[in-house]
Amino acid sequence: MMRKEVVRIFRIWAQTLLPPVVTTSLYFIVFGTFIGSQLAPIDGYSYIQFIVPGLIMMSVITSSYMNTVSNFYFAKFMRNIDELLVSPMPDWVIILGFVSGGVVRGLIVGFFVLGVSLFFTHLAIHSVLVLLASILLTSVLFSLGGLINGVFAKGFDGISIVPTFVLTPLTYLGGIFYSIQQFPEFWQKVSLANPILYMVNAFRWGFLGVSDIPVWICFSVLLAMTTLFLCIVLWLFKSGVGVKA
Amino acid sequence: MSSPAVFVSELTKTYDTGVKALKGISLSVEEGDFFALLGPNGAGKTTLIGILTGLINKTSGEARIFGHDMPKDASRAKTYIGLVPQEFNFNIFEKVEDIVVTQAGYYGIPRSEALKNAEPLLIDLGLWEKRNEPSQKLSGGMKRRLMIARALIHKPRLLILDEPTAGVDVELRRAMWIFLRRMNAEGTTVILTTHYLEEAEQLCRTVAIINKGEILINEPMQALLARHGEEKLEDIYLGLIEGDAAKKTL
Repeated sequence: MMRKEVVRIFRIWAQTLLPPVVTTSLYFIVFGTFIGSQLAPIDGYSYIQFIVPGLIMMSVITSSYMNTVSNFYFAKFMRNIDELLVSPMPDWVIILGFVSGGVVRGLIVGFFVLGVSLFFTHLAIHSVLVLLASILLTSVLFSLGGLINGVFAKGFDGISIVPTFVLTPLTYLGGIFYSIQQFPEFWQKVSLANPILYMVNAFRWGFLGVSDIPVWICFSVLLAMTTLFLCIVLWLFKSGVGVKA
Repeated sequence: MSSPAVFVSELTKTYDTGVKALKGISLSVEEGDFFALLGPNGAGKTTLIGILTGLINKTSGEARIFGHDMPKDASRAKTYIGLVPQEFNFNIFEKVEDIVVTQAGYYGIPRSEALKNAEPLLIDLGLWEKRNEPSQKLSGGMKRRLMIARALIHKPRLLILDEPTAGVDVELRRAMWIFLRRMNAEGTTVILTTHYLEEAEQLCRTVAIINKGEILINEPMQALLARHGEEKLEDIYLGLIEGDAAKKTL
């Protein structure tokens, strides 16, 4: 399944890999270079250095999510999900296959975006372990999220509603472009309800060593959400809800 | 004594909509048999196949494949089954060979071995020349044969064909009959659903007729035909379905 996924991702690279890289490059140009040059440093880093980790994370989140939601829904729509369901593969292997596709695409896109960012600024790495763990867990989490969305989607609208009306606002309000320390206390507390804030901050800590939230809390939230999503997906496959006829 | 290829007892399926697709059916398909499962649209054939292959969850009753319970021992039971569904359901953007070889991977067959297995199968089914073509470029008949190749790549002991010759021209249909007869002669148990009753009469040794979720008859083809003298299977079938409808109206 993973091989099939990787082949598909590279076969249609202009749809899967290029758009997030182009979009993020525009963010680097507009927010990083044009607007960022006029802003004061945050936590001792230039604005573009501050936003790079968040922008990488945003592209990873979007790519992982979109890969599984579209792939799973397409498999359901074309009924080639049946190829998998009639095979002796246990549910967890099928889930792993879809999730691995999302993770591979997310990480490749993240790697390309990181490469592009180096044309605009230099980056130091504070902790490789935190970087890798946070990006991998986030990618797994949103691949599982995409799978849940794909299971419940009843039409092509159903696979775009959550990314457009839930994921995008949460991502933009997830501390990519700002530190929540700049907010009044009330809005800081409201921001803590946004799970993406924890992922962005964990990843930023891996690069810059600065975070609005202690890193152990970020990882606790990430692990708890990943476990929850995994349980939901396993239950959906076992019960057949949205998966079987 | 070996377990039957398929054993079904008191099997029921009620969908969320309240539709009772299967109302406690029982039947057995012996290993090596060529079994016809006949019935009008909506009779419950596809639901039964769905339960046997793990695509649909049963409501109650028992279903076993070579003695392995579905769904309790599904991973084992599914290794024995090859399914050719009614609708084309492969990824139209994938190449012919990739579709077949990837399916083998789902059964734990290494890619190198799957490639070796795929070659004679694709040659046999007249798809070898098209192996590097995306499947969307195949004709309808070729797509149908690709579905069969995909179902056979892991050498199943039980082949289930859900209307495999629907929309296929006479020449290709006859070629498929020869192929299926050969598979059966080599030991593969075959379950066939079809609306072409002549096809069932020609190919199958046992026949079950299902209507509105109930089995109306289940017996050897020759015994059924002998019991009805000069009548063809089509006449017997229509008599049973219409008789059943009249009985239910009364």
